Amino acid sequence: MKSVRLEHITKKFGKAKGVEDVDIHIKSGEFFTFLGPSGCGKTTTLRIIAGFYFPTEGKVYFDNEDITGLKPNKRNIGMVFQNYALFPHMTVFENIAFGLQVRKLSSSEIKSKVEKAQKFVHLEGYGNRKITELSGGQQQRVALARALVIEPDILLLDEPLSNLDAKLREETRIEIKRLQVELGITTIYVTHDQHEAMSMSDRIMVMDKGEIQQIGTPQEIYNKPVNHFVASFIGESNIIKADVKNLTDTHVTVDIGGGIILKGLRENGSPMLDYANEDSVLLSIRPEMINTGEGANTLTGIIQLSEFTGVSINYIVKVGDHELNVMIVNARTKVLERGDTITLHVPESGIYFMSEKR
Amino acid sequence: MTTNSETRAPKQSMWKRITQSKYFVYVLISPLVFVLLAYVIFPMYKTFLQSVVDQEGSLSLTNYLRFFTSEANLESLYNSIFISIVSVITCAIVGVGMAFLLNRYEFPGRKILSILVLVPMALPPLIGAISFSFLYGSSGIFPRLFQSIFQLDNVPFALEGIWGIIIVHTFTMYTYFYLSASAAIRGLDLSLEEAATSLGSGRLRIWRKIILPMLTPAMVASSLLVFMISMASYTAPLMFGVERVMTMAITLSRTNGNLDMAATQSTILSLVSIAFLILMTWYQNRRNYQSQSKGVGVHRTEVSSPVVKYIAAILSTIGVFILMLPILVIALISFAVDGEWTTQIIPTSYTFEHYIELFTDSRTWGPIKNSIQMSIVAVIGNIIFGVAAAYAMVRFAFKGKVFMDILIMVPWALPGTVVAVNLISAFSEGNVFSFNQVLVGTFWILPLAYFVRQLPLVFRNTQASLIQMDDSIEEAAQSLGATWWHSFRRVVLPIIMPGVLAGTLLAFVQGLTEFVASILLYSPSTMPLSVGIWNKMYSFQFGTACAYGVLQTILIIVVLLINERLKGGTNQSGASIG
Repeated sequence: MKSVRLEHITKKFGKAKGVEDVDIHIKSGEFFTFLGPSGCGKTTTLRIIAGFYFPTEGKVYFDNEDITGLKPNKRNIGMVFQNYALFPHMTVFENIAFGLQVRKLSSSEIKSKVEKAQKFVHLEGYGNRKITELSGGQQQRVALARALVIEPDILLLDEPLSNLDAKLREETRIEIKRLQVELGITTIYVTHDQHEAMSMSDRIMVMDKGEIQQIGTPQEIYNKPVNHFVASFIGESNIIKADVKNLTDTHVTVDIGGGIILKGLRENGSPMLDYANEDSVLLSIRPEMINTGEGANTLTGIIQLSEFTGVSINYIVKVGDHELNVMIVNARTKVLERGDTITLHVPESGIYFMSEKR
Repeated sequence: MTTNSETRAPKQSMWKRITQSKYFVYVLISPLVFVLLAYVIFPMYKTFLQSVVDQEGSLSLTNYLRFFTSEANLESLYNSIFISIVSVITCAIVGVGMAFLLNRYEFPGRKILSILVLVPMALPPLIGAISFSFLYGSSGIFPRLFQSIFQLDNVPFALEGIWGIIIVHTFTMYTYFYLSASAAIRGLDLSLEEAATSLGSGRLRIWRKIILPMLTPAMVASSLLVFMISMASYTAPLMFGVERVMTMAITLSRTNGNLDMAATQSTILSLVSIAFLILMTWYQNRRNYQSQSKGVGVHRTEVSSPVVKYIAAILSTIGVFILMLPILVIALISFAVDGEWTTQIIPTSYTFEHYIELFTDSRTWGPIKNSIQMSIVAVIGNIIFGVAAAYAMVRFAFKGKVFMDILIMVPWALPGTVVAVNLISAFSEGNVFSFNQVLVGTFWILPLAYFVRQLPLVFRNTQASLIQMDDSIEEAAQSLGATWWHSFRRVVLPIIMPGVLAGTLLAFVQGLTEFVASILLYSPSTMPLSVGIWNKMYSFQFGTACAYGVLQTILIIVVLLINERLKGGTNQSGASIG
């Protein structure tokens, strides 16, 4: 298994910016995810690692070997494409065997390896099937087997679940994670689905507009987003602009307008935020951090929308000039209706402070 | 792995610097540019040069002045345009009418009609024109039949002159409208009409505001196509003896030895054709309606009134009859004893002799053998350059791509007569492009003409297959370690093969049935099949001529059937994603 290092990678398409100054080090055996909305540069970065694009600036290293200009077919990577890119004129067996034939293995070796790979993805006995005779999920597993059978140094997955329906997506997600853990292979995963990213990854790189926003473990990304974009892209969040009223060593008191004062913990803020230099900050309050009843930071509001999902009760509550998303875990509590008054409170640890800049 | 790539590093970097240069793509496409330059542009330029240089060898526009002041020339130009415009209108009426009838209504005889409606595609142009003159010409079967029934002194009617040409054009070219209109009608989303109805729109309004606008792109494309083919038409005017059209004017100027005027007429006709090609390319890139919902079947209205049903059945029978007659008459006369059919309504004595002769008599077999040989040579060139060109055009981005795209299609737009005149201008003396050989009068000039004329067929079919193929398939092969060549051979080629094969087969039969350029370029030792037919017709050996024609028609039908199968194949392989 190899590590991957991108050193100040910039890729321009003509004048259009693809990605700018991407600098990351992916450890050997790590499950690393590029997460972001479409057009954020995540696929571009992946294709630079695969060798389909050459970076305009910067270098790519596998372990300590500079492979920036190396052709894709010399990189020993396994790649699973968004639409699988299976060879339509070949059978399942021929598809999986392709990479081994290129490597000029003996036919008996190929046979045993392909069979092992088929078993690995639960496709035993499917060798002679045509690609068109497979379901979407089966095609997906052929693509995975084809990428893994060559024993790649790095596995690249480009939105591999986006063509599957919801239930199959869940199953396949767990399956991919199982394969990755069993093989211990360095894996780079591209997705726009934060749920996939959070549940599978060792570390996540959040990208937007061709630039890195934040790199961290799922907990870091969720609990300590560095800016507005990350906070709102990963999970839901109420983002509120507020003026700093009082600052002590441990606490921050802010005014969110309409005479509403909130108090939070000073340490519970983005590393990018320097309280001393800013009069106003952004608050990020996750819907599930807001509780009903009185307590620290009590608020009263009127329910605008009430939604019962089973697991939870979601409200949109008008508090002063703000509309807050609130999520209450369903404990057989009474569901309030539109127009009802509700009392809420936000624990001090539930308020997160971010800089307005960036 | 590491040591391996290190030892390779210095050598690779040299090669890499070349291959990764953004100018390397121009190295790759240079053979294509050379072929287009040598066999399309250069011949066109030579013809143009001849038209603007006078006897003393200085530049002058005398020829063009003479063209535009000569009544005969202006009449030819006027007739060509008139015939083309009327042909577009009549083809549109017949083609679109048939398309609606067969796709929207269920009536007795619909199934057989919807197969036979494509019969005209199976007729080689020369055979189509000949069959019409056998059937409806001044000494044709039907005029004579009516003459004898009504005991008239002269035939009551006969196809001749400009209207004869227009009727032959209508019969042979309405299929372009039929096919594109059928595709458009099938693509018409029924829910659009339902939506319009639900919004309170009446039948007429739906037609005016929804259906017709949706059909417009198909109609415009077909109109341009039929106009171009009509402008280039040569066999129909030849058959009906109309000398005042552009293509005939060119050949007449040549036979009269007025080469400068032939060049001038060719240049003018080329300009018209290329203008239409550019117009077509531009229009096709501009608008494209696509149905958004999937799997909507066409709804056919059942004809329920018994009277209408009865009429429909009769009209269908007549339709089947009209569509089949040209093939039937050619088949019939192919059994007629040569020289025995003179003033009778249909031939009186029949024989199998002509078919036996085709394969046993060396003089009769000669043209068949020539055509097969020359077509094969042309087709080999077509595969090599057509596939390479299509690959380059689809996969690479380079400056001048749009220009290249048009350039490859130019030989398709140019009338066969003009292609022949161009090649004669270029290769009646040796030059670099012909390796200093005089090509005119040799075996090689006809394969070259076929190659040039049919390159677009292979190119377009291959291009369509390549566009259908997802880019990531090639990338997948590369990521698995395959070199470019390996992935091209093992992945790309097998996937696009149906398209390449379809184009190649079409190119091959077009070579076998080519007449217009052949008649100007052939030499007696390399007489091709179609010229053989024409010569037999000329010497009243109708039986042998028609036996040749039947052979051509069968070959075309076989190729069309194979292509239908091949197309089914590509659709299947294209649908790799669920």
